[in-house]
Amino acid sequence: MIVRIMGEGQVKLADSHLAELDKLDDELLAEINADDGDGFRRTFHALLDKVRELGEPVPDDSLEPSGLILPAPGATLEEVRALLSDDGLIPSP
Amino acid sequence: MSGVMKRMGMIFRAKANKALDRAEDPRETLDYSYQKQLELLQKVRRGVADVATSRKRLELQLNQLQGQSTKLEDQGRKALALGREDLAREALSRRAALQQQVSDLETQHTTLQGEEEKLTLAAQRLQAKVDAFRTKKETIKATYTAAQAQTRIGEAFSGISEEMGDVGMAIQRAEDKTAQLQARAGAIDELLASGALDDHSGLAKDDIAAELDRISGGTDVELELQRMKAELAGGSSSQQAIEGGAADRQDDAQSSGTPNKFDKS
Repeated sequence: MIVRIMGEGQVKLADSHLAELDKLDDELLAEINADDGDGFRRTFHALLDKVRELGEPVPDDSLEPSGLILPAPGATLEEVRALLSDDGLIPSP
Repeated sequence: MSGVMKRMGMIFRAKANKALDRAEDPRETLDYSYQKQLELLQKVRRGVADVATSRKRLELQLNQLQGQSTKLEDQGRKALALGREDLAREALSRRAALQQQVSDLETQHTTLQGEEEKLTLAAQRLQAKVDAFRTKKETIKATYTAAQAQTRIGEAFSGISEEMGDVGMAIQRAEDKTAQLQARAGAIDELLASGALDDHSGLAKDDIAAELDRISGGTDVELELQRMKAELAGGSSSQQAIEGGAADRQDDAQSSGTPNKFDKS
């Protein structure tokens, strides 16, 4: 599975790691919904670190669609919430 | 999976699919996205301008109210100087009402200023993002174009090399065949020279040779026959000589008899 960290590029992850990431991912969503800024930052960086640690970087010149997408490391809770709204960063036509 | 990653992936894919419905070339999609981002940025900027305009309007109102307040204060002072305390009281109470409005407007002004600053910051950050997207987009477009070109070059090159390979094979085959023929010719020459092989070449010349051989062979046969006859003839006289007198005598008798018969002597 290819995972994109926005602004960083893509990594290739073995499917066996997905369950582990899924837990952090669900935690992150709960924290966004609960407006828990501190928890969000902690979990978000833990998730990114995990993806970087377990993933194998995909070369920049490779054009492969991502199965999963993660916001840029500097993204705030508000920004991620905005990204998750219907319009996201790239507005709908 | 239902967390952030999945939802973001779904949002992006939905957008990508929508975009791809219109344009299959990813470069066009990227350009389209960039266009949309620019429009969004324009909206944010317009929002900033709207907030700034409201702020300005508030400032004007505030100035007017401050002016009126100062005017009422002066009027109150004048009324008091003229001994009209009632008028002074009226002026001051109106001024107090205005001050309340000024205070409310100042609060609104502060809020608007904060909003404006936030929006300006957001616009700046969005501008940076759009700029970064533009750079990334151009990079991706260049990479895509390069990849396309590379594929085309690769195909062309492999095609050419395949053809070259075919030509090479043909040359190789021709060379092999020539070498084989040369080797065979050499071997035949050697075999002919060594006498292991009969030379069947130049048959016309050999016809003559064969005829000559035949003729000479025929002559030989004749000669041989005569020789054998002579031998036989010679052989019988010698046999007679070996076998001795009886025969000789017989012969002699015969010969002597016969010659004798015809012997004139």
